[in-house]
Amino acid sequence: MTDVLNAGLAALIVALAIWAVFARDAFAAVVGFIAYGLLLTLVWVQLQGVDVALTEAAIGGGLTGALLIGAASRLRDTEAVARAERPRTLVRVAAAALSAAVTAALAIGVLMLPDPAPTLAPQTMANIAATGVGNPITAVLLAFRAMDTLLEAIVLVFALIGVWSLGPDQTWGGRPGLRHRADPNGILAYLARVLPPIGIIVGTYIFWVGADHPGGKFQGATIVAAMWLLVIMAGLADAPPISRTWVRVGLAAGPLVFIAIGLMGAATAGAFLAYPDGYAKPLIIVIELALMPTLALILALLIAGAPRRPVQP
Amino acid sequence: MSGGTLFGLCAAVLVGVGMYGMVANAHPLRKIVAFNIVGSGVFLMLGAIARRGAAAGLGGDPVPQALLITGIVVAFSATALAVAVLLRLFDVTGSVTLSADAPAKPVAETPETQAKVPQ
Repeated sequence: MTDVLNAGLAALIVALAIWAVFARDAFAAVVGFIAYGLLLTLVWVQLQGVDVALTEAAIGGGLTGALLIGAASRLRDTEAVARAERPRTLVRVAAAALSAAVTAALAIGVLMLPDPAPTLAPQTMANIAATGVGNPITAVLLAFRAMDTLLEAIVLVFALIGVWSLGPDQTWGGRPGLRHRADPNGILAYLARVLPPIGIIVGTYIFWVGADHPGGKFQGATIVAAMWLLVIMAGLADAPPISRTWVRVGLAAGPLVFIAIGLMGAATAGAFLAYPDGYAKPLIIVIELALMPTLALILALLIAGAPRRPVQP
Repeated sequence: MSGGTLFGLCAAVLVGVGMYGMVANAHPLRKIVAFNIVGSGVFLMLGAIARRGAAAGLGGDPVPQALLITGIVVAFSATALAVAVLLRLFDVTGSVTLSADAPAKPVAETPETQAKVPQ
């Protein structure tokens, strides 16, 4: 029975991917892509990766979808020109042949994977007690492979600096995007008043429970960021000018705390990002507490985009 | 067929579909969507491999699963950067064409972008 469900799920996902590639207009393609991301969430649950499923639902489906929908609606007028520039049949046939070859090579690779599969699960479980956290994914993200998570936080800051740099010179330091206006008595403004308290509690819960159960700071921060974006889109609050001190401090705080704790480990435990015996759990919680607001800020501002309004309009 | 192998093969198909979409669609936004399909195919393949590594009471190998979470977040930031480049291209030139023989429109930055800035 499960096999039939899995096969149906795989078929649906492939069909939606094909739709997202072949749909006539970009808006339809993006809607297909969002449905695709949500179905992938089910696949992650089937693959026993509930933490990954939460991330996929929040970021892969939700935030990426919001970003692409915004871009698709702004670029609607450019689609007719792009359709006329469609590559020639010969190019498309060659692309199809190459893609089919890549798929075949990958499929052969999947079928020839070594058995029994190599795994780091036993080592993770053998050493998880030293970290004090109960969720093996959190232990990997913040203890065994903490360097990856630190670099990821820095990559996010750099991506945001990159997005900001793409604004016109005279709007540098100004507010991103357009001022959103919505009917103050409409359903959007109503939801933007009712949902954020609930969303912030859910986001904080998912963040807090991540120490021992599926969840964590990325998933929690995404929900908090979504609540903020909802308030901005309903016109109840404006996006902050990117030159605000609290924005800058908030962006740098998470990675800086992370680096400071890493350096402390170098001094007291003999390696960068090593935790002194018995202090692993409190230090992990400090890092997560520092990263969560930074991540929420970055994720929301990445969606808000480059500054488009001068500081003093 | 185990779930891991099935979704591994599904991932291989997704990578192929996405690659074709990156070439066959002329619109850069469609290329970004297609690139994300390739990316999710790669993630799904790693997820299938993580599922095969189930041991020690866990449903999958936690190390690749943690890398996947990192990967999904980084892929989002790269997508946001790509979309920002695209919107900037549109703001400056009024089109998003990547065609080499499109007439290069020299547009002065100041008046054009000021016109776009809503007051």
